[in-house]
Amino acid sequence: MNKELTKKLSSGHATCQGCGIPAIVRHVLGATDEPVIVANATGCLEVTTTIYPYTAWKVPYVHSVFGNAAATAAGIDAAQKALMKSGKIKKKAKVVVFGGDGGTYDIGLQALSGALERGHDFLYVCYDNEGYMNTGGQRSGGTPYGANTETAPAGVASFGKAQQRKDLMEIVNAHHIKYLAQSNVAYVNDLKMKAKKALETTGPSFLLVLQPCTQLWKFPTSEYVAVGKLATETNFWPLYEIEDGKYTINNVVKNPKPIEEFLKVQGRFKHLFADKNKQVIADIQNKVDENLSKLVKKAQ
Amino acid sequence: MKKIPNTKYQIPNTKRVLALNGGYAMAEALRQIHPDVMAVYPITPQTTIIETYAKFKADGLVDTEIIQVESEHSAMSATIGACSAGARAVTASSSQGLLHMAETLPVVSGLGLPIVMCVSSRALSAPLNIHGEHGDVMAIRDLGWVQIFGEQAQDAYDNTIIALRLAEMAGVPVMPIMDGFHTSHTTERVEVLGDEIIQSFVGQFKPENALVDQKNPITIGTLALQNTYFDFKIDQEKAFLKVKTLYKKICAEYGKISGRKHSLFEEYKTKDADFVIVMMGATVGTAKDAVDKLRADGKKVGLLKINLFRPFPYKEVGAALAHTKSIAVLDRAMAFGSFPPLYQDIVTSMQSAGSRKHDVASYVYGIGGRDTMQSHIVSVFRDLEEGEINNKIKYLT
Repeated sequence: MNKELTKKLSSGHATCQGCGIPAIVRHVLGATDEPVIVANATGCLEVTTTIYPYTAWKVPYVHSVFGNAAATAAGIDAAQKALMKSGKIKKKAKVVVFGGDGGTYDIGLQALSGALERGHDFLYVCYDNEGYMNTGGQRSGGTPYGANTETAPAGVASFGKAQQRKDLMEIVNAHHIKYLAQSNVAYVNDLKMKAKKALETTGPSFLLVLQPCTQLWKFPTSEYVAVGKLATETNFWPLYEIEDGKYTINNVVKNPKPIEEFLKVQGRFKHLFADKNKQVIADIQNKVDENLSKLVKKAQ
Repeated sequence: MKKIPNTKYQIPNTKRVLALNGGYAMAEALRQIHPDVMAVYPITPQTTIIETYAKFKADGLVDTEIIQVESEHSAMSATIGACSAGARAVTASSSQGLLHMAETLPVVSGLGLPIVMCVSSRALSAPLNIHGEHGDVMAIRDLGWVQIFGEQAQDAYDNTIIALRLAEMAGVPVMPIMDGFHTSHTTERVEVLGDEIIQSFVGQFKPENALVDQKNPITIGTLALQNTYFDFKIDQEKAFLKVKTLYKKICAEYGKISGRKHSLFEEYKTKDADFVIVMMGATVGTAKDAVDKLRADGKKVGLLKINLFRPFPYKEVGAALAHTKSIAVLDRAMAFGSFPPLYQDIVTSMQSAGSRKHDVASYVYGIGGRDTMQSHIVSVFRDLEEGEINNKIKYLT
């Protein structure tokens, strides 16, 4: 294992083969030499890195419950301010939160909103695997339209999730924070560049990072980078950032692939290729095009 | 010693006698403790605490980092973050708010975080009711938090200081509890000690581990599986049971600086009493007056007021009541399909007292802020005297 990469999160953790979460954590935390304190929502990252009596964390780390990671970070931020005032610490560490999409789009959204509004000094990283994967693949507010999940399964009377996923970037952006960006674990340089900017931001910053899940998107464990790349190459997951309200698309796709290219490599969309669900694929393509044109307008 | 910033206000460093309500009294104790971090979210009848504290900060009397969170769930979560980081952190709550944060309460006790939460106890919805009773604190009574009940505004002040010292000595979270409105909003005579005396009493917060210690990075809040979780919980219980001794020790020390006696429970004219009422909280004052009146008529009645409710002093209570003929337990909480909590604890106490079976009657009073009058208390003693004791819960409506 690369010693530099494992400086803050060691090897020996228990994430699934082919999981990109450790890569997200390592590249985000690797983007700074300054001290960090990690707060984690309940989820895949937490259960696979802290199995007592072991820990994979080489930096200070706290987990408490599912929906409160941002509020926990707020407390750490306030504590550091107080301890600076009383001279008990000489330097503040950057507080970095990691939460999945369940812990961010859904149960932790209120706590995130409150912490953003109050302007705490922290970076919130949502690793978005588009569902409640730690509990076995249920639908979240981040699950895309048409996906087959355990709680929105496909069947004769269902094509899977019947709603569009939330636009979390715009929800976060509505808090007028200085820096937020959408990235993808398959694009490590993009992720590193954005993590650096986010960590150097004073006040709240936010990263939404796509994390293809081998288990519940259902693709071979060797393919998470390839599947992640298809998400961006089809414009399903454009890479962009918002700095002081200014939008930049970081990876303008010249010849976008049709959405089928992304869908067909995943078991969760397999049912959409049945004749009766052809329209769902067309709907997804239309939504991808619509979202991209909105984004392009904002970035002009 | 943490310095309180200079302000236009000159607070004498000596004992003062003030007219304070319970909410203000708790805030005043917190001002003297001067925590590093306080997370605040409004709920009636707790708001007097956080509003008073916010004004202290606005007036430059404290420089605590106040986090104005967006919910009670986040109030306790932020307090967990702050305390884990190495700060002395407090919050306050009541009723729905307390239950909203209920998910995080066993996290605090499981992690052994010495957090103090001031509670102004109140009824639970539905139907909505903002008035005093113990339904909220009873609902979360077995989550590993120390619960100290108080009768008056003076107790609200004293118990907050005792709670902080106890939390940090024992490594457990503590909630000093006052009855909503009857104590939180009633102005009474309160003796406040000097700031330096309190600061010296509570001392500095020196956590064993802290997130801010970058040289010794620690993982807080791990996953424990079938092979370790059970043992963690047994250890937690063992540590929790040590609270009783520490509480007595701290009360004795606090007695030396305040001249006021605090103990596991207060025995009011019980030594030779045949009939005793057991209760806790604000209504005890009314009950004591009723005891005095009946005593004047030659009745051998008394009252036992529980102060430390969790962990419960079973053996001590059993011994203190062993000589009685019969006992009435007055709970200020409903317990649907069950006997109410204090009643169950007293029955257990009397079993541990040994030799003979005691008659213990169950009464529920003051739900949703309903007034409890001396006549109610007198009627309870009359029941005991006349042997009107059965296995039914009676409601003092």
